[in-house]
Amino acid sequence: MTTGGGGDKGLAGLLDRLGHWVVAGFNEFGFAAALFGESVFWLVMGRRRRQTVRLAPIVAQAMEIGIGALPIVTVLSGTIGIMLAIQGIYSLRLFGAESRVTLGVAMSTVREFAPLITGILVAGRSGSALAARLGTMRINQEIDSLTVMGISPVRFLVVPALVAMLVMLPCLTLWADVVGLFAAGLYIAPQLGSTLGAYATEVVDLVKLNDMLHGLAKSGIFAVLITIVGVVNGASVTGGAEGVGRMTTRSVVHAISAIVITDMVFVFMVTR
Amino acid sequence: MTRGSTGSADKSIEVIDLVTHYGDRQILHNVSLDVRKGEIMVIMGGSGSGKTTLLAHLLGLKAPTSGTVRVLGSELGRLGPMDLQKLRTRTGVAFQSGALFSSMSVGDNIALPLREHTDLDRTTIGIMTRLKLEVVSLAGFEDLMPAELSGGMIKRAALARAIVMDPELLFCDEPSAGLDPVVASSIDDLILRLRDAMGMSIVVVTHDLDSTFKIADRICVLDKGKVLALDSVEAIRASTDTRIQNLLNRRTEEAEPDADAYLRRLLGEGAPRQDGTGRT
Repeated sequence: MTTGGGGDKGLAGLLDRLGHWVVAGFNEFGFAAALFGESVFWLVMGRRRRQTVRLAPIVAQAMEIGIGALPIVTVLSGTIGIMLAIQGIYSLRLFGAESRVTLGVAMSTVREFAPLITGILVAGRSGSALAARLGTMRINQEIDSLTVMGISPVRFLVVPALVAMLVMLPCLTLWADVVGLFAAGLYIAPQLGSTLGAYATEVVDLVKLNDMLHGLAKSGIFAVLITIVGVVNGASVTGGAEGVGRMTTRSVVHAISAIVITDMVFVFMVTR
Repeated sequence: MTRGSTGSADKSIEVIDLVTHYGDRQILHNVSLDVRKGEIMVIMGGSGSGKTTLLAHLLGLKAPTSGTVRVLGSELGRLGPMDLQKLRTRTGVAFQSGALFSSMSVGDNIALPLREHTDLDRTTIGIMTRLKLEVVSLAGFEDLMPAELSGGMIKRAALARAIVMDPELLFCDEPSAGLDPVVASSIDDLILRLRDAMGMSIVVVTHDLDSTFKIADRICVLDKGKVLALDSVEAIRASTDTRIQNLLNRRTEEAEPDADAYLRRLLGEGAPRQDGTGRT
């Protein structure tokens, strides 16, 4: 993004580049916000404008985003559940409180690790795919082609992806909750000399609806972030196949950063 | 605000004093042209003449710095999104690369405008799709994916998609570029047939001289963002302007007369560009 027009040397050049960079950054934020607004607009007003958002592409995207990610989400959330259980028991044993490990594992899985790991996985799988697809369509003039046909590319391409993501990411997160807690139980129950049934009862007792909603709300926000970041990067592709590759990478890095930072902000606002 | 939908009734397109920039660089210099109803207008020019940019303006894909573009009686800059959408169902565009949606079959590509803009049932849409495929001699190919088509077939499928709504105005971007002479000539015949059979106004952007002289009713010659000439085929052929003759006879521009400017450019000393709008 450093297309500095002026001198390239010294402090002036640095300030010049910094200025360009800041302006470009703000532009991108504005573009992202406008895109989200337009998506909501088409979702609500599409029918009245004779441009209905159709169900078939939403279902197709949901299959790709949700069902396609199921195996890897299962493996990783299970792994993280076991890892949390091991670390929890190790650290709690330092002051002889390992019997309280279920509380820590349950809270951190449901409130934090399940939504976070699912978001990161989906950003890597589907956010990048979205960016690559839109970028390729852009350099093939397919986006222009939609526009000149009188079909809004946002309505036709972005809204189905956004809706599918908003439905599937919380679903995947819920699944990650279940798998993560189950896997943790497989380690915790024998370690504490208890049974899986007793562990399950304890978890159901400990995890409140509020905790579930905390995680699911975050996954909803992540869904919007992943989609919008993917679309913004895909739509900004210039310079052929190399450009598509560059923007795809960029979209993954940006989406994961946005997810982690938003997570922190959300937790800070809600939890204090 | 009343100017939005006026303009001469016998004009499909009117462009008045169009000026446009990419960043600081001026691309089009006060371009004015008109396309009459039912004629084939060929916009011709070499690489970098601004013809692609001009097309983007005619399609409403780019907003001009100044000037007006009136398509089918409506001024593009003044149309609301709804009216623009309506106008776009009355025009068709065949892009240079075809721009077929690679995730859809050829038939779905061609049916898409009908599915999105009309309430026709599936059977009717199927019939109309096959009808247009027949027109471009691609009958029986509707189940193939775009990746399975040859270059000429892609261009013809793109044409079929562009005419599926029976537009009053058709744009073709480099319809024969990258095709062998026989296939290119068949595309030219197709364009002529579309005009004769359906009475469309057609705007063709190309650098191909043979096809220009074969299909054009009038020619607009663009050079360095300016309209060099806008006239009938015969008048363009007979033109005495050296730059037009250079273009027609495939001669390169004469050598740079200013040796100083040439040296300055080589040294990278930011000599002013020929159009006088060099970056600071």
